[in-house]
Amino acid sequence: MALIEVDGVSRTFTVRARAGRFRRTRREVRAVDGLDFTVEEGECVGYIGPNGAGKSTTVKMLTGILVPSAGRLRVAGVDPARERVRLAHRIGVVFGQRTTLWWDLPLRDSFELVRRVYRVPADRFRRNLDRCLEMLDLGPLLDTPVRQLSLGQRMRGDLAAALLHDPRVLYLDEPTIGLDVVSRNRVREFLREVNTGHGTTVLLTTHDLTDVERLCSRVMVIDHGRVVHDGGLAELHAVGESERTLVVDLAAPHPPVEVAGARVVRVEGPRQWLAFPASRSAAPLVAEVAARYPLVDLSVREPAIEDVIARLYSGERAGAAAGAGEGAAVRSG
Amino acid sequence: MADVEDGPGSPAAPGAGGGSAPPVGRLPGRTAWGLRVWWMTAAMWTRSAMAYRTSFVLMTVGNLAATGMDFVVIALMFRHTGSLGGWGLREVAFLYGTAGLAMGLADLLVGSIDKLGERIRLGTLDVVLVRPAPALAQMAADRFALRRIGRPLQASAVLAWALAGLHVDWTWDRVLLLPVMAVCGTVIFASLFVAGSCLQFWAADAAEVQNTVTYGGATLLQYPPTVFARELVAGTVFGVPLAFVNWLPALHVLGRPDPLHLPEAFRFASPAAAALAAAAAGLLWRAGLRSYRGTGS
Amino acid sequence: MLLTLYGSVARGSFRRHATYRAATFAGAFTNTAFGFILSSTYLALWHARPGLGGYSAEAAVTYIWIGQALLATVAVWGGGFQDELQARIRSGDVAVDLYRPVDLQAWWLAGDLGRAAFQLLARGAAPLLVGALAYRLRLPHAAETWAAFLLSAALAVTVSFAVRYLVSLTGFWLLDADGVRALVGITGMFLSGMLLPLALFPGALGAAARVLPWSAMVQVPCDVLLERRTGGALARALGFQLLWAVLLLGAGRAVQGAATRRVVVQGG
Repeated sequence: MALIEVDGVSRTFTVRARAGRFRRTRREVRAVDGLDFTVEEGECVGYIGPNGAGKSTTVKMLTGILVPSAGRLRVAGVDPARERVRLAHRIGVVFGQRTTLWWDLPLRDSFELVRRVYRVPADRFRRNLDRCLEMLDLGPLLDTPVRQLSLGQRMRGDLAAALLHDPRVLYLDEPTIGLDVVSRNRVREFLREVNTGHGTTVLLTTHDLTDVERLCSRVMVIDHGRVVHDGGLAELHAVGESERTLVVDLAAPHPPVEVAGARVVRVEGPRQWLAFPASRSAAPLVAEVAARYPLVDLSVREPAIEDVIARLYSGERAGAAAGAGEGAAVRSG
Repeated sequence: MADVEDGPGSPAAPGAGGGSAPPVGRLPGRTAWGLRVWWMTAAMWTRSAMAYRTSFVLMTVGNLAATGMDFVVIALMFRHTGSLGGWGLREVAFLYGTAGLAMGLADLLVGSIDKLGERIRLGTLDVVLVRPAPALAQMAADRFALRRIGRPLQASAVLAWALAGLHVDWTWDRVLLLPVMAVCGTVIFASLFVAGSCLQFWAADAAEVQNTVTYGGATLLQYPPTVFARELVAGTVFGVPLAFVNWLPALHVLGRPDPLHLPEAFRFASPAAAALAAAAAGLLWRAGLRSYRGTGS
Repeated sequence: MLLTLYGSVARGSFRRHATYRAATFAGAFTNTAFGFILSSTYLALWHARPGLGGYSAEAAVTYIWIGQALLATVAVWGGGFQDELQARIRSGDVAVDLYRPVDLQAWWLAGDLGRAAFQLLARGAAPLLVGALAYRLRLPHAAETWAAFLLSAALAVTVSFAVRYLVSLTGFWLLDADGVRALVGITGMFLSGMLLPLALFPGALGAAARVLPWSAMVQVPCDVLLERRTGGALARALGFQLLWAVLLLGAGRAVQGAATRRVVVQGG
């Protein structure tokens, strides 16, 4: 059974702008434009796209904050717009940069408030709390005021707080933003366990493709308010023909290096940038460069999601241009 | 704070969604739940404030002193005159006490709602809207500050002093008007706070306009209505219903003539005015929230 | 060179405050509303006691509107740069400021003067104009009086700045300067003459209030504009303001020095 059903959903905003000293213009901006998709129970879906593509507008509609201008939505058997409070019991939300924890109080108190506001029965609360504390290693921090926690610890606290009432869907907005590598991995491990072990459906918006790679079997790319890709991550890279970049520091300035399967895209003193297909392994390339050139240091950069999507979108546009005129979607904040 | 058990109307059995059934629908159930949410949130803020004990004590004293200063000014004025607009010091103190008590209680209970615009700007109103509790209750208790108890305490002291010195024939209707003034006055000021903050759904910088009505209104009501232009007094009867906080009922308690010559019934109409103000504020809040969420009209 | 630096800080601050249009408009609205309320109460008092404190009823109402015009400008209640400075002290960023080649106190003073200049224009002029339309105000005809008033207002802002600077510096020793700020703000509102002219204060309280620095913030500039201080008295009034400005700025420097040593000892 589909847990999330989105059927022809659009959302427009009216933007008022100053035009001249006294005149103001009103303009309709379509943030989400005819969205159609379903998410099955137990799926973990990455929902990505550039800034202003309509990601957060979608999530706000799915959580009942915003009401769609057109179309039909159902989440966990509820119409989010009409039954916001009933829906709240069935979903968990983590906003990456807006903590819901109480800054000056021990972590324990924030969890206790969740129990009361969500009316979680005591035994179920105990069980869920114990599970979260153990998996997130929060036990020793329960009595620490939140303001003394590190960013990573706080994010783990927020994750626990979002799951204490057994939501069927968990929405995550940039859950790893600003975290160090260790914290990132820990958050990802936990989310995988929540998704596969506990069967909670997860919808994840992020700028970090690694989050998606590690967690999601399915990725939806949205741009200009429309879904431009819905499928596996590998297909996304293939469709988007994305490239990774090998940055090499040579002992001294050098003419562009020549290696098979990569091309130099930039040279700056002893540093050179080599682009190669994202689907290829970096190891042979590194070995070849190291063998033939005086290599001092190197790093591999993942393709920026913006680049992948930009390519994806321009490709689609090129294909569609011959057909009917495309929808004049306008980007919004 | 004592542990609050799951109250009536909230069966704790897991519903189809995995959460207990929220008390949707009926207004009394929603109101009771809203009050509980307010209480829980306010308790959390109070405990948070205790993390900065010195500042808390200083701010509470500061609050007491700040509102007390207003009365010192009035007392200084009366060093130079026996009456202001025909009213004596004890009578003005009666107005001061009733206005300050109502305003102070309303400020304590819902005053922080004026941070609504800031929450909209920072996007943190969304956090409020994904919780299974009335948004108004959560927002009213947001940043609850117990130190604001200074004003109603100080106003009560002045009111007690006024009552001790006033020569009033305490018939039962006059006695009854005192608690009615306190409750209705608080409801009227609370409604003004909520209604004023609703403007911030449409104009995020409107906080100061609301302050003009609430704090300006409280200053206005500290002085006798005879001091002000009749048009202004009429505006507080038929426009922003400030006159029902204390001016009109005080006319009856103190046995004074009405500068506007309104029918006697107006002096007893505070409950009706409070109910109207609360209803208007509630409707405005709904409209504001609907506009924020983008519900078609 | 240095003067042009501080001049540009002041101009930047002026322009920054000019961008808060809605807040400025709403603030002027509040000042105007309170102007009307307080004018009525003063008229009632002066109706009972004509000529009280040496003010005619006209002068008393004018006093109210000048006070409302100065409220935001002089920031007796506190504000202006304080939130920003206190946040920098709390976060420890102020350690960086202390090692800059510019003088910290002069830097903030320049910014505060720029802010005050804007607020005198925007939040001062509008209520005064509305007050002049609604009531008969006792405003001077002589251009020299207006010039003296501007000078006095500038000194008032400087004295107020020096007090607020000292208050915010307590943040180096207290976890949070807001409590002190609230208490000083209330004391200032009362003793500056903002709520009631100091001439109406009884005996010793009045005498004390007249020599304390807060009277330099509202009472003195009001009296200058009402032409209660002219000739030698005007010079003495301005000298009084200047004296407090110098003394309090000096105290601010001393405390700033102690704070700097403290930051150095703690390693920032």
